[in-house]
Amino acid sequence: MKVLTFHGGIHPANDGKALTKDKEIRPVRPKQEMVYPLSQHIGAPAKPIVAKGDRVLAGQMIAEAGGFVSAPVHSTVSGTVKGIEPRRTISGSISDCIIVDNDGLYEEVAWPPKRDPESCSGSEIIEAIQKAGIVGMGGAGFPTHVKLSPKEPDKIDYVIGNCAECEPYLTSDYRRIMEEGEKVVAGLRIILKLFPKARGVLAVEDNKLDCAAKLKNLVKDDPRITVQLLKTKYPQGSERHLIYAVTRRALSSTQLPADVGCIVQNVDTLYAIRLAVEEGKPLMRRVMTVTGDAVKEPGNFLVPIGTNYEELLEYAGGFKKQPEKIISGGPMMGIAMFDLHVPVVKTSSALLCLVKDEAAKYEPTSCIHCGRCVEACPEKLIPARLAHFSLHNDKEAFQKINGMECVECGCCSYVCPARRHLTHDIKAMKRTILAERKR
Amino acid sequence: MSELYHVSASPHQRAAVRTTHIMQMVVVALLPAAIFGIWHFGYRAALHILITIAACVITEYLYEYFMHKTITVSDFSAVVTGLLLAMNLPVAAPLWIGALGGVFAILVVKQLFGGIGQNFMNPALGARCFLLISFAGHMTNFTYDTYSTATPLATLKETGVLPDVSSMITGNIPGTIGETCTIALLIGAAFLILMGVISIRIPLMYFLSFVIFMGLFGKGGIGQGFEIHFLAAHLAGGGLMLGAWFMATDYVTSPITKHGQLLYGILLGVLTGIFRCFGNSAEGVSYAIIIGNLLVPLIEKITIPKPFGKGGERQ
Repeated sequence: MKVLTFHGGIHPANDGKALTKDKEIRPVRPKQEMVYPLSQHIGAPAKPIVAKGDRVLAGQMIAEAGGFVSAPVHSTVSGTVKGIEPRRTISGSISDCIIVDNDGLYEEVAWPPKRDPESCSGSEIIEAIQKAGIVGMGGAGFPTHVKLSPKEPDKIDYVIGNCAECEPYLTSDYRRIMEEGEKVVAGLRIILKLFPKARGVLAVEDNKLDCAAKLKNLVKDDPRITVQLLKTKYPQGSERHLIYAVTRRALSSTQLPADVGCIVQNVDTLYAIRLAVEEGKPLMRRVMTVTGDAVKEPGNFLVPIGTNYEELLEYAGGFKKQPEKIISGGPMMGIAMFDLHVPVVKTSSALLCLVKDEAAKYEPTSCIHCGRCVEACPEKLIPARLAHFSLHNDKEAFQKINGMECVECGCCSYVCPARRHLTHDIKAMKRTILAERKR
Repeated sequence: MSELYHVSASPHQRAAVRTTHIMQMVVVALLPAAIFGIWHFGYRAALHILITIAACVITEYLYEYFMHKTITVSDFSAVVTGLLLAMNLPVAAPLWIGALGGVFAILVVKQLFGGIGQNFMNPALGARCFLLISFAGHMTNFTYDTYSTATPLATLKETGVLPDVSSMITGNIPGTIGETCTIALLIGAAFLILMGVISIRIPLMYFLSFVIFMGLFGKGGIGQGFEIHFLAAHLAGGGLMLGAWFMATDYVTSPITKHGQLLYGILLGVLTGIFRCFGNSAEGVSYAIIIGNLLVPLIEKITIPKPFGKGGERQ
């Protein structure tokens, strides 16, 4: 089979996947209090519908969507609402959260009877997904029902299951497919029902041939779904570059995948879609990889949203060495945290604990104009120049050489021999410009 | 809060290659030609190399020390400059000339413009041209085997007699310390390409455009230059190999964009051709690259790549 890819990108020397690749997903049942941020997605924050002192059950909606581009939040344990107060979240900022005192009983709400997705209409499917609070679980957190409601549904001709998992160290998607691949495929079939003219593609990097073989076997009788191998390269799973690899359609920062006839869904999102449509269950748990050389027993875990990171770490045996850096997500795009006392949210994909902080090992030196960042940039930008304009606060020049097209994948900083913080500088400038545009 | 962890923006992983490694690899790649030069021209060549490198490193150290800047001599870039400059000197030149050139390269061309990464022309080449203009006699004194001789290209230009190409390839000719042996230079170039230090874009376009230009305008007429022996002599002679592989590919003074690199290579080939066909000098590589260096900002301006998704209409 032809292996597809895009231009640029990097091959990390150590992808760290061997640490957890063979570790089966283990359930986590937290005992401590649970914290549910109202903003776990792109769009308006959810609005609380419970009050202090209320008893809630696992699976009960505790905050409703704050608009069309928004998503509800559900409790993942049974217990009492302790309050709605500002708490620290992964990014280090403080935002409003619903706090539930976990009684450890895990009493669940009464689930509706199971449905056959084949008999569901399109609007029923979208409604189920919206009510389940499903958002893009690859990291962006875009509400899935919005993604599935393009202006012209008839123009969608590709629904792509993003099984690339290009981020180093992460194996949660891989494990999900190896253990419950049929349910992921079922999720894709449900979406294909919404877009009758589309074909489904499950895109897998060629370092996971067993995963591709399993998926191929699962879809062998389905004429609408194919499995596509992709070159193992970071950021192969980036939405724009995945679409390009599969369809040869390139899209810019001002377009959505639907503009080029594509819908892309992450593995865990597909899983959640099946659960919502078939079983009427909301998004309550996700698979997370807890890994890194500082962790005693790295592994994959099925984690209820709202679990404290510290409690999650205990399931992996805690630290065997004191880490210098802890990261929510992978090493390329994850967020460094200064504190473990934050809750797992819908977009948390991993907890990575590193004994040595590679990024801080060397001070940045002068740019020598080597062009490695230009070669690596999947967006064909000139990162060194963009970072230069960022440091000089030259917004006009920054936009003129297409700075806003940056996808913040981190390839430029990764390859920079002068150890410059290119991605950081470019990101900072993008934020400034976006904030000004809003005003 | 119980523990404090490092916090920084992503990515949290970095490739192993650093500026120092790159510079060290360039030094290693230059060694075959330098060692050949010492073997070919004698111990005096080694003295030139040592003196020039020492002058570069000491100048950089002293300047940064007295200007209270971060000392960057450990990044090996001054060593590269010194080695390159020494390889561009004729062995019969007085020993102080390398020292003077080294000081000029580092102080005037590199540090006064802001140090590593900021110079607008290649320091070693800048210094070579400075020496060539100021001490033309010393810099073109290619005494070899105690006979005062001319380089093969100079002979070719004056008399029209084609030199023996096989001795040009093995380096058995007069010339500067590091430019004579084509084979040694190619070994170094292959190493740099294999290690991913340089791309073949600039040298390849340089050679291609140079060969086409010389073919068209060489030996006095349209198309008369398309002759293997003539072209091979021009490719192997006059520091073209040293210049194209090691100086035209200098990161700081060559374009950062891919198309810019192709254009830059073509420009260098044409300029070298012009100098060799219509100029006074038989060589012209140094001046071609220096002029190319000055045009880099312009080249980069017109070769900004089209971003990935722009114009990404449905096919």
